[in-house]
Amino acid sequence: MPANLAAVAYVAATILFILSLGGLSSPESSRRGNLYGIVGMAIAVLATVFGPRVTTAGLPWIVGSLLVGGTIGLYAARKVQMTQMPELVAIMHSLVGLAACIVGYASYVDTSIVFTGAEKTIHEAEIYLGVLIGAVTFSGSVIAFGKLSGRIGGKPMLLPARHWLNLIGLLGVIWFDRQFLQAHDIATGMMPLAVMTVIALLFGVHMVMAIGGADMPVVVSMLNSYSGWAAAATGFMLSNDLLIVTGALVGSSGAILSYIMCRAMNRNFISVIAGGFGTGEGAAPAASGAQPAGEVTAISAVETAEMLREAKNVIIVPGYGMAVAQAQHTVYEITKLLREKGVNVRFGIHPVAGRMPGHMNVLLAEAKVPYDIVFEMDELNEDFPDTDVSMVIGANDIVNPAAEDDPTSPIAGMPVLQVWKSKTSIVMKRSMASGYAGVDNPLFYKENNRMLFGDAKKMLDEVLVALKA
Amino acid sequence: MAMTIGVPRETFAGEKRVATVPEVVEKLIKLGFAVCVETGAGAAANFGDDAYQAAGARIAGSAAELMAGSDIVFKVRAPTPEEIALMRPGSALVSFIWPAQNPQLMQQLAERKLTVLAIDSLPRQLSRAQKMDALTSMASISGYRAVIEAANAFGRFFNGQVTAAGKVPPAKVFIAGAGVAGLAAIGTAANLGAIVRANDTRAEVADQVVSLGGEFVKVDYEEEGAGGGGYAKVMSEGFQQAQREMYARQAKDVDIIITTALIPGKPAPKLITADMVKSMKPGSVIVDMAAEQGGNCELTVPGEAVVRHGVTIIGYTDLASRLAKQSSTLYSTNLLRLTEELCKTKDGVINVAMEDDAIRGLTVIKEGSITWPPPAPKIPAAPPQAKPAAAPAAPAKKSGHGHGAGEPASGKSLAVIFGAGALLFWLVGTFAPTSFLSHFTVFVLACFIGYMVIWNVTPALHTPLMSVTNAISSIIAVGALIQVAPPLVAGTEGRPDALILGLAAAALTLTAVNMFGGFAVTRRMLAMFRK
Repeated sequence: MPANLAAVAYVAATILFILSLGGLSSPESSRRGNLYGIVGMAIAVLATVFGPRVTTAGLPWIVGSLLVGGTIGLYAARKVQMTQMPELVAIMHSLVGLAACIVGYASYVDTSIVFTGAEKTIHEAEIYLGVLIGAVTFSGSVIAFGKLSGRIGGKPMLLPARHWLNLIGLLGVIWFDRQFLQAHDIATGMMPLAVMTVIALLFGVHMVMAIGGADMPVVVSMLNSYSGWAAAATGFMLSNDLLIVTGALVGSSGAILSYIMCRAMNRNFISVIAGGFGTGEGAAPAASGAQPAGEVTAISAVETAEMLREAKNVIIVPGYGMAVAQAQHTVYEITKLLREKGVNVRFGIHPVAGRMPGHMNVLLAEAKVPYDIVFEMDELNEDFPDTDVSMVIGANDIVNPAAEDDPTSPIAGMPVLQVWKSKTSIVMKRSMASGYAGVDNPLFYKENNRMLFGDAKKMLDEVLVALKA
Repeated sequence: MAMTIGVPRETFAGEKRVATVPEVVEKLIKLGFAVCVETGAGAAANFGDDAYQAAGARIAGSAAELMAGSDIVFKVRAPTPEEIALMRPGSALVSFIWPAQNPQLMQQLAERKLTVLAIDSLPRQLSRAQKMDALTSMASISGYRAVIEAANAFGRFFNGQVTAAGKVPPAKVFIAGAGVAGLAAIGTAANLGAIVRANDTRAEVADQVVSLGGEFVKVDYEEEGAGGGGYAKVMSEGFQQAQREMYARQAKDVDIIITTALIPGKPAPKLITADMVKSMKPGSVIVDMAAEQGGNCELTVPGEAVVRHGVTIIGYTDLASRLAKQSSTLYSTNLLRLTEELCKTKDGVINVAMEDDAIRGLTVIKEGSITWPPPAPKIPAAPPQAKPAAAPAAPAKKSGHGHGAGEPASGKSLAVIFGAGALLFWLVGTFAPTSFLSHFTVFVLACFIGYMVIWNVTPALHTPLMSVTNAISSIIAVGALIQVAPPLVAGTEGRPDALILGLAAAALTLTAVNMFGGFAVTRRMLAMFRK
């Protein structure tokens, strides 16, 4: 395939990628969007393989690698549970990071690429940057994977003087960059590159370790962004526009998602990255002067069913607890039953509910909940006063009235679902422990609130049985 | 300086309502206002002077005394010229006005240099205006009362019964127009046990009719009848023909017809002809709730109940006033909510903020100059608008579906961003070689495209978005591919081919996991989203 044809194929692939992202604007067009992505990727790979930069000698290797990797990928995609999506996405980000690192090293040792002067400097700086971002993405994603899958504790690990450590790391990276650029041959340059890689890996580990469970949606989308920037940096390094464009698309997509998530928590991006929030042991409860006082009123599953049956409008607010208990199918069974009885059941989703952006929507979709009864916070927050029963399933901070009422609260100003405005709210929780933000929730003590203690799945099963009776 | 709210006695003949009830007086005083009530103002609605006094209001002996001491006057019916003459120039009036129908009244109010808030001009499509919507609360009372009046004039039970004395069939009620009043009538009639049918030109209200226990009767003709602001519009000739046939069929069958069909700014449509009335069973009842606008029935006499062809036709125009205690309570609560909007500082001083959409719509005269009609409110009709967050700490960082491209940043931060951007571009332009520049251009433009595209992604699909972008980022495979076996030119003998091949193959395997896995799992996820 001549070079021009390959270049045109790249343009086509780029357009398909843009269409693919654009297709996600609505569930109807999203399936086609994914198809565009697949076609775009196929075109890009084929154009490269049959393009001028690959000789036939490499074909067996390419086919072999694609076969091995593809099999693993398809297997993982089929096996994964929807509740494990955040973990899967995190580990996949780490693969992109690692690949970016490897390609960077390979490009550095490749003597067939010869530049001089400013071009050489820029090329090497690009290698350095690509490896740096790739390494941070890799180690950060691995740790995020560990945290999300529960292999590493959700609590943030806060080293003393962690900000200084980060700063020293950054200075080290800059200094070794100088060393690296001044190196005259590959052997001398390898040392600073390797040292920097180690620093970057440690930095990635440290960064994600310091972030609490509640901030995971930001971290996942941020790593998503990094994996894009890593691809873009690789594109610069290899002078490949397709890589640059695609990397930039993915990078800005992740950046916007991070921004949306931060805004949904009313938090500053920097403060999330700096870590320390979502602790559960931080200064939070002591600092907020107004400790909610009063009695919580418990309720049984049978009584819950009774209230649901008599209600006309019900809003269900799911949180991470629903995902942990795998209760989404039971939730849908209840929803179906109530809707057959003419009860208007809707779902209210907070942007940061769960462990990754859109996590709850995917779980509800898996349970076959039709997406037109699933609403965003902004769409139904007005409707709580007309709602008879709001059911909060395994969520805490996203329904905390302190965010609106108590300016001293650590989550003050975070937009929340106003379940307390409905006639009755029912909160399903395992115990009275506070949420990830470590803030006590005055909602539990409100007069119109009832607590349904126990494992979400088990309690919902009981509610379902009682409803059917 | 706290303002005084004055509540005069309604002077319109037969009007029993009062604009403020004792319960609301207390709340107004909590907002910082002083309240003065004319003696006997609430008598017709069963609120005595002593109840007002107990709630903290002062009692004025006459309308003249009351008006002279009031900064704000709450009324139900629009004021008469005499009442206007008593009002203090510069004071405010809250009442029903109907500015479109009463240009002369508007002129008089403006000449008196008043600020007039016409509760009927509230932009009803604003969801936060609902709490102040007196039209809705009055209409639902009227709908309820219409059924009660019909039951009163109707000689039979509403509900079907099987008694020792024989079987009683249930009454059949047909309700034309399923607006607020119509829906209230449907609910009331269904609760009394009647078989209720209803029709409306707006097909989307069918669900609401069913939810209240009614049955929706369709017109056999395809046309969409929703006009602006939740009202119905005038329909085509073909539709009207089909509609007339349907009404004629219903008239023969049912015992009670309640009509509520109104089109804003137009005389009420004549739905029930004299012939249809003739075809009804003797003893049937028609309640024409549109009597004030000419009536939906040809034989309606506004304000009266008459018997024509054996059918009682009720054309009362004061249905809400006939339930004076209830309607006064709801109306005054609507006014209280309005007062809260006007007095956010709770210091007893109102601020007629014209930049607020709801207040702007209400205000028909501002300090003597006529501000009616208001400019069209800048909101889409379909999705309910997000209310500004309750906490003042959180400035309304709301945006519609899909977020939009964020709010405009403040001028200062915008300047900083542009400054930094300019500096960066200058550095790149000065030091970077040409080959880099073309890549750089592509990169920056791609960032912008990504930015534009991603804002349109619906939040429900954020997880699939992440997994598909993740899959797409395995484009890095291209980087590995070109390293596997590039065509080598002479003079590069030192290239460690085997090492590079190994590294590239490893990178390729990793990205392949991502590529295939990412797309497959996205596909799996998206397949689950269903309506």
